[in-house]
Amino acid sequence: MPAGADLGERLRAGDLSAAPAVLNLVENRSPAARSETEELLAAVSPSALGREAPAHVVGVTGPPGVGKSSLLSRLVSEWRSGGRSVAVLAVDPSSRRSGGSLLGDRARIEVDSGDRDVYIRSTAVGERLGGLAPATLAAASALAAAFDVVVIETVGVGQSETDVADVADTVVVVVQPGSGDVLQFLKSGIMEIPDLLVVTKADLGRPAMRALADLRAALRSLGARAIPVIPVSSISPASGIRELVDALDVHRAGIDLPARRLRARRLHALSDFSAEHGERGLRALGGRRAAERWLEQQDAGLDVAALERALATRASTS
Amino acid sequence: MTDPYSPRLPERDRPWMMRTYAGHSDARRSNELYRGNLAKGQTGLSVAFDLPTQTGYDPDHELARGEVGKVGVSIADLDDMRTLLDGIPLDQMNTSMTINATAAWLLALYIVTAEEQGVAQHELQGTTQNDILKEYLSRGTYAFPPGPSMRLIADTIAYTVEHVPKWNPINICSYHLQEAGATPVQEIAFAISNAIAVLDAVSERVEPELMGAVFGRISFFVNAGVRFIEEHAKLRAMACLWEELGLERYGVQDLRQRRFRYGVQVNSLGLTEAQPENNAYRIALEALAVTLGRSARARAIQLPAWNEALGLPRPWDQQWSLRLQQVLAYETDLLDYPDIFEGSKVMEGLVAELLEGAREEISRVQELGGAVEAVDYMKAALVESHRERINRIESGELVVVGVNRYTDTEPSPLTADGEGGILVVDPEVEAERRAAVEQWRATRDQAVVDTALEDLARAAHEESENIMATTIAAARAGATTGEWAQALRSEFGGYRAPTGVGAAASVPSEDLAELRDEVERVSESLGRRLKILVGKPGLDGHSNGAEQIAVRARDVGMDVVYQGIRLTPAEIATSAAQEGVHVVGLSILSGSHAQLIPSVIEALGDAGVGDVPVIVGGIIPEADASRLREAGVAAVYTPKDYNLGRIMHEIVELVAERQRIQAGVRG
Repeated sequence: MPAGADLGERLRAGDLSAAPAVLNLVENRSPAARSETEELLAAVSPSALGREAPAHVVGVTGPPGVGKSSLLSRLVSEWRSGGRSVAVLAVDPSSRRSGGSLLGDRARIEVDSGDRDVYIRSTAVGERLGGLAPATLAAASALAAAFDVVVIETVGVGQSETDVADVADTVVVVVQPGSGDVLQFLKSGIMEIPDLLVVTKADLGRPAMRALADLRAALRSLGARAIPVIPVSSISPASGIRELVDALDVHRAGIDLPARRLRARRLHALSDFSAEHGERGLRALGGRRAAERWLEQQDAGLDVAALERALATRASTS
Repeated sequence: MTDPYSPRLPERDRPWMMRTYAGHSDARRSNELYRGNLAKGQTGLSVAFDLPTQTGYDPDHELARGEVGKVGVSIADLDDMRTLLDGIPLDQMNTSMTINATAAWLLALYIVTAEEQGVAQHELQGTTQNDILKEYLSRGTYAFPPGPSMRLIADTIAYTVEHVPKWNPINICSYHLQEAGATPVQEIAFAISNAIAVLDAVSERVEPELMGAVFGRISFFVNAGVRFIEEHAKLRAMACLWEELGLERYGVQDLRQRRFRYGVQVNSLGLTEAQPENNAYRIALEALAVTLGRSARARAIQLPAWNEALGLPRPWDQQWSLRLQQVLAYETDLLDYPDIFEGSKVMEGLVAELLEGAREEISRVQELGGAVEAVDYMKAALVESHRERINRIESGELVVVGVNRYTDTEPSPLTADGEGGILVVDPEVEAERRAAVEQWRATRDQAVVDTALEDLARAAHEESENIMATTIAAARAGATTGEWAQALRSEFGGYRAPTGVGAAASVPSEDLAELRDEVERVSESLGRRLKILVGKPGLDGHSNGAEQIAVRARDVGMDVVYQGIRLTPAEIATSAAQEGVHVVGLSILSGSHAQLIPSVIEALGDAGVGDVPVIVGGIIPEADASRLREAGVAAVYTPKDYNLGRIMHEIVELVAERQRIQAGVRG
């Protein structure tokens, strides 16, 4: 097992070839590996880096079958042609059954396999219901030190979308024309309002345009801030991809990054805590919302491991 | 009505067209084979192309490595087609070509070759398979995305109906659906749904008054399994649905145009590697399924050889299968009678059952938006059916003689020769073909080719234009198969078909409990879940085996990265490294294992994961298997290893063993 601190150093030096070993480590749930993971995260924390990790962490989510993989193929190649390195963490919450999982996404994301500046890793969610695997949160924070873009791709709307929103700088929800679910979710408040909405299959013409109009109307009626809604087509000739990349950059430039990352670290710690201690642990903290409020009072300089330890201490003494 | 009823036909029926699916290496060797087959009484040709030709790559392309001339003949240019058909009079021959993604191109080469022989295109008879949906679902030799592919099909149909009127421009294939595990109901329903998608696409590109002629030129390519009574009922049900569809959906009034016409290759899925001589009986019984009843009898038949599960058949093996057709047609009294099932309550009942199931399934596909939109649904349904079939063989519920029952056997003299009773393609063929295509490119008028390819790209871009005119011009100008396909790829983009594995249900059985425990135990000591990469290197798209391994590996608790088909060794190695897998499973059925597997092992080393064990499954002769093990492959599985449970157990053991070795080194 490689030392977490060494891996952290390689990432700090921009060594993208460290990525597989990083993922193998953070996915490893043995006690030894977990303490190495803490070392790794400490080595890429803002205090070690002297700034927030430079990557743009992008969450991409949406219901199955909307064309996320084709969209990602196009997005990755657009980023690459702009000289940016990309890591994709593809998380499939629907894949886990009977303990095992089938991760077919990789087959559908087309990239140049000889390109050392693209890294793709497929992960099934952990054993707990819904949400992201603890490993994915750790991987995203670690890889953000070395890659220009880190994408967390998840399937479905609901829990996983919320978790992505907790850790990403920018959250993109992908929908296709004619799928009313997302509208319903938005209206009912099940789904938080994303930073960007993408409507795929823009080549379908009228249905796509109608879907766009519907979404914009719904967003207006919700009184939401102006959320960009971008139509794209991933089949040849592709369209809307450059516009999407630009919109992502615009969003990233407009956010308060340190604040968003601080919130991400706190929620990451809470997520790790509840993966470890479950409902009982959360109850000991007075529930999720109370725990979040308590976290907001903590020192902004604490890294994820320290925050999780603080949560555990509080839970055991309450 | 004074005459007593005669059970016989007034005149004996004419036999069906007899073919053998044949072709290997290069055009010269295949031409020799065809002439030999015709001399033995074969009445039509059936051309097997190699995978690079089928997927639109020249013999010198990276993806063609190891595949050139393997499962069929390599045709890269006009000169190859001339050589292939040399001395065969095309005004009399009826030629079936198993070609799909590149059908328009091969048809163009055929038309130009005929023209050079002095035969006009309106005289030509034959078939291009040209069915892309089943390539997405089962066979894997697609090249372009669904939309443009459907357009190419519609273009070839529109062109031939007008200019090559005796040609069957498409063979809607239910054959490969059964090979992928389809039940009879699925086979009927998915094939008819596919036909609807094709007809709807053509109806947008031809004048309405031509639709009757279009409908009349659509033929089918079906399968027949060993349950030959039910299989015959299936064909009667298809005939019934087809007539109904012509009348109701497309308003075809002419009864002849609504007739269900089909050719057949009987089942290969059920042919066994164990006691392969038993396959001869299976093939004979399956031939009965498509010949017994006159009202649903095949127009053309090709039979597989007894040794298909072992490797490529030799000329003698194919001759043996042709002789079966001849005995059936000329020695038996099969052709003396009208339909022998007329009035049979059993047959009527079976047909009614199948019709009901098929109608239900057809409307489900229509509700999903038609066959093109429903590819995901159909693919998942096939993977699921195949999984069930394998479970039934494992449990012994489905008897396969020589495999899960009556397995004691004397040594077979049929496989006793040095090569194990199969044809081995000369390894020099690939180098010869690479040199030949380079030579062809060097000697042609490049400016003419460039102009032709530009025209082709423009026509591809112009959606309202029929692709055939510029395709024929490109053939005449001297373009190659790879160039034709590349021009279209640049316009249409690439595509990867759905894998269907994600939706497959888990095995509910408790039999897996022990294996799950093993996987849990090993995963626990690994610190993370045992992870396997499953994929297919090379151009072979027969993914059923790989899919079943992937689904079962999930069911026993592994994390499975299923990477699908058509992978280069570098792609596999990159994935293995990035995904952090503990074992890599590869499947190859095209015979290219000897070249490709060592390349994968080398690439894994280059990617820094040379210690990850590799297992291989496929149609791999024992001599090759031992060479692969010497090259570093941990285990080789062939069709006789039907017990997936055992394979899973061995994979877990393998990973555990490798981890212990590593722990030993460290500690």
